[in-house]
Parts: sequence; C-alpha cells; structure tokens
Amino acid sequence: MPIIEVENLHKRYGSTVAVDDVSFTVEQGEIFGILGRNGAGKTTTVECVEGLRAPDGGTVRVLALDPRRDRAELTRRLGAQLQQSALQERLKVREAIELYASFYERPADGDELIEVLGLADKLDVQYRKLSGGQKQRLSIALALIGDPEVAVLDELTSGLDPQARRDTWELIERVRDRGVTIVLVTHFMDEAERLCDRLALIDSGRTVAIDTPRDLVQRVDSEQSLRFRPTADFDDELLLRLPDVTGVSRAHGEVIVAGTGNVISSVITTLATVEVVADNLRVERANLEDAFVALTGQGFDTEPSRG
Amino acid sequence: MSTLTRIAKTEMRLMLRDAASAFFGVVFPGLLLVTLALVLPGFRDVIDDPEAPAELIGVRPVDIYVPVVLALAIATVGLTILPAYLAGYREQGVLRRLSTTPAAPRDLLGAQVLVNLGFLTVGSLIAVLAGGIAFDVDWPSNVPALILAFALATVASFGIGLVIAAVVPSARVASGVGSIIYFPMLFFAGVWTPGAAMPDTARSVADLTPIGAAAEAMADAWSGAWPGALHLAVLTGWAVVAGFAAARLFRWE
Repeated sequence: MPIIEVENLHKRYGSTVAVDDVSFTVEQGEIFGILGRNGAGKTTTVECVEGLRAPDGGTVRVLALDPRRDRAELTRRLGAQLQQSALQERLKVREAIELYASFYERPADGDELIEVLGLADKLDVQYRKLSGGQKQRLSIALALIGDPEVAVLDELTSGLDPQARRDTWELIERVRDRGVTIVLVTHFMDEAERLCDRLALIDSGRTVAIDTPRDLVQRVDSEQSLRFRPTADFDDELLLRLPDVTGVSRAHGEVIVAGTGNVISSVITTLATVEVVADNLRVERANLEDAFVALTGQGFDTEPSRG
Repeated sequence: MSTLTRIAKTEMRLMLRDAASAFFGVVFPGLLLVTLALVLPGFRDVIDDPEAPAELIGVRPVDIYVPVVLALAIATVGLTILPAYLAGYREQGVLRRLSTTPAAPRDLLGAQVLVNLGFLTVGSLIAVLAGGIAFDVDWPSNVPALILAFALATVASFGIGLVIAAVVPSARVASGVGSIIYFPMLFFAGVWTPGAAMPDTARSVADLTPIGAAAEAMADAWSGAWPGALHLAVLTGWAVVAGFAAARLFRWE
C-alpha cells in the first residue's frame, strides 16, 4: 500500500489557484521528488500532505491517515522541514535539538544527527547567530529528530554550499536506507536527478509527469551531440553519409555532430579510416532540465541547476 | 514533565537572555519606584500642603506610588512584552514550525503567558518589597482584595496584549501598537499624576481604563478597603471582553 496518496488535489487562496489538479502516490522507502519552478504549487501541495492546509478538493492520505482529521497522530509519524520558518532567536542549537526531541516518544539519536549535519561545534550558538546554511542544517535535524516514518523536506539544500549539499544528500540516502520514506521538494535539477527514485513534475498547479529521472529524460528522446577538435581536416560528407548522423557543423575550430543511436562509435570509427583523431571529445545529451523544458513547454526560469 | 512545562522552561531562559524583556519585565517597576523616591524632592515627605487634594494630605507620594507601579508592571508585561514576542513568533514561523510536531502552537502561547506571568509576579514582589524595606511603605492591608484586583487587571492586560498579537502582522507593529496603548495607560495609572491629583475629566476616563481602574482598585486594597464596584466592574469587563476577543482572533500563521 502506498505511504502517501494524493488524488486530484485542488487548493485556492481567494481567487488564485495555487494547486489545480495534482495526483501522485509515494511508496514505502522511496525518495520521491516534487520538481517544478517557483510558484508551481509544490509547497502548497506538501503543506496539504503535512496537514498544514486543508485542500479545497481531492483527497490526501498519508500513512492511511487524513492529514487534517488525524493531525495529532500524523505529527508523531511525519517529520517536516518547512521552507519559511525560523526558531526562537536566542534558542541555542543544543536546546532546540533537546526540546524538539522531547516532543516525541522515541526520538532519533540527536548526537548522531548533529554529527552528520556538522553542527557539533555550534551546540552553544544561538539561532540568530547561525549562518543560513547552519540554520538549514538545524532545520533538517529537527525534521528527522522524531525518527519519522515519512519526512517531507521543502527546498532541502537551499543556501548550502556545494560540499554541504553533497553531505546532506548522503544523509538523506542513509535515512532512506533505514526505511524512511522521503518527499523532497526541489527546484534543483541536479538534486532531483541525483537523489530521487521517482519524480513528479509540477507545472502551473498540475502534475505534468511522474517517472524515474532516467525515464523522464528518455521520454524527451532528444539527439545526442558530439563536439571535438579534429587532428586533421576532413570532409563533412564523410560523416553525413553515416545513417546515425543527422547534422554536422563547425564552430571555433570544433566539429559538432548531431545524431542518434550509435553515433559516437560510428563517428570515431569512420574518422579513424581517414586517420583523423577526435581530440577533446565531449558528448552532450539531454538531461532532466531538457526533459522539464520539453514536458512543460517552457524554460526553467529559476536559478540554473548546474554550476 | 509536560510539553507545556518544557516549553515554558525554555521560554523563560530565552526571555532572561533578552536583556530588554528581563529588564522591563522584572527590574523596571522596582527600579522606577526606588529612583523616584531617591531623586524626586519631597517624594518621601508627608504632604501637608493645604492646597493639595484632601485624599493626599497626610501621606507620602512614595506610599501612594506603590500600587501605581504595580499597575505599570501589569501594563508593561501585558501590552509590550507579550504581544511583541507572540507576534514575532507568528511572523518568523516559529508557531508554524511547532505545528508540524506533536507539540501544539498553543503550548508555546501558554508558555509565553506563564513566563510573562512569572516575570510580572517577581517584578511586582520586588517593587512591593523595595517600597516596604527601603522606604517603610506600609504592607497592603487587604491582601485578598489586592490579589483580586491584580489578577483581574492582569487578565485584562494580557488579553489586550493577545488581541494586539492576533491582529498585527509583525513584532515591530506589535511593539508600535503596544506603545500607543501603553503610554496613555501609564498616564491613567497615575505614573505622572496620581489619580487623586488628576483633573476630574481625566480621572473619570482613567476609571474606565483597565490600568487606571487597576491602580485605583489596588490603592483601595492597600488602605484596607475593597475596591469600588465601578473599578471591579471595569476590570471584569475588560478581562472578559479582551479574553474572548483574543481567543476568537488569534491566528497561528
């Protein structure tokens, strides 16, 4: 049985439709991503899952509970990291961990979370003195302190430096390996591609696609392209004759070959017959961002995911 | 230990770390009394000026000032500290964060009320002790009446503070609105001019305000009487109306 079932979720704020029609299910032990640009309705969707908001239409079940009606039970079994929430300014890291741990019957090991999240030397620092990344890590620790069956993490790695992001990804994978089901809201393509078992693409309040990151990319079925610097000159016709090649162009002394299927090996083999070597060869293929653009028909206008 | 107690312990620590709330909540009323008594000429001398209002002749300003300082303490905590904290907690998402855990936001609200009540009680005791020990002010003669007036005034003041916290968007606005109510309340309490020396119109308005009525009711209790029906009715009315309004209006997000 799925851990989370969202069916035809609809939510309005006044006359603004925040979530139009979103449906997905999340299975036990998977990392499920909700990907979309800012304002797509991701946060409202998970707020309905967390029981913070009442849907205007559709149904939401989490651990077979109604998030609104069975709120008290849900808070014991679901851990949440919210996008916009702070702690008391003068609360120290240690006090926050101890206080939040005390809310649960069987809390997780706070020392371990502190260690893994790199907060061990910040235990006596007040919340207002923490950096953005440290606040974020504390927020992740508090989402996991109740040893939840489901963790909903909204914009997990916003504000973290690259190393902290990778450490956090590893932590999330370890938590999942313990059997925790994880819902990850993100607008970072690399995070979604690296971490999620399955993804729901949400655009303008609707589910556009649900699939594994790999299958989403394959759906786009885009061409591959090769770029290289030839060691000697050759005639473009040589490559254009190949069945896998769809186009050849040149720029800045480089050759760019577009093609499908086995285009890489056939190009290299063919060049070898005229004693040309493809130096500095790079292969560019579709990624999740291309898939996103293709599936939503619009560019991804938030921060770039690679960089 | 219950969740409420644990959060209250934490909140107490946080408010003591905040120099402003610790000072104004705990130290200020007693310090004001002591400072005025030491600095203002005549504050410790019996009033014998035949021009003075009859009620004031034969007493020292410091004697009539203790209930005024208690009223000020009630207003300071209820109208400035409590609403600023709660509005801040809602603005920053502290209440919202808590609502995703088994602890409820109302536990934090309850903890804030408890800690503010603790600050107010300690601050008031310090003021009463300072007056009695340093300046030989009489101890209150009718303690049950004093506690009744103090309690009603506290409910009214905290209720108004919660209503402010309920309707403003941020801690800054809460402080602003709190101050707009706070300073007139200090005037009506008699911080600048004791009730007996106020012009008649001002005094009849003061009688209808929660803090003005509180100062008068506590002064009656000090001298051994019971507060007048008007002051008790005004205090009860404010306590009931503000309490219900706060319960109806408070939002968690």
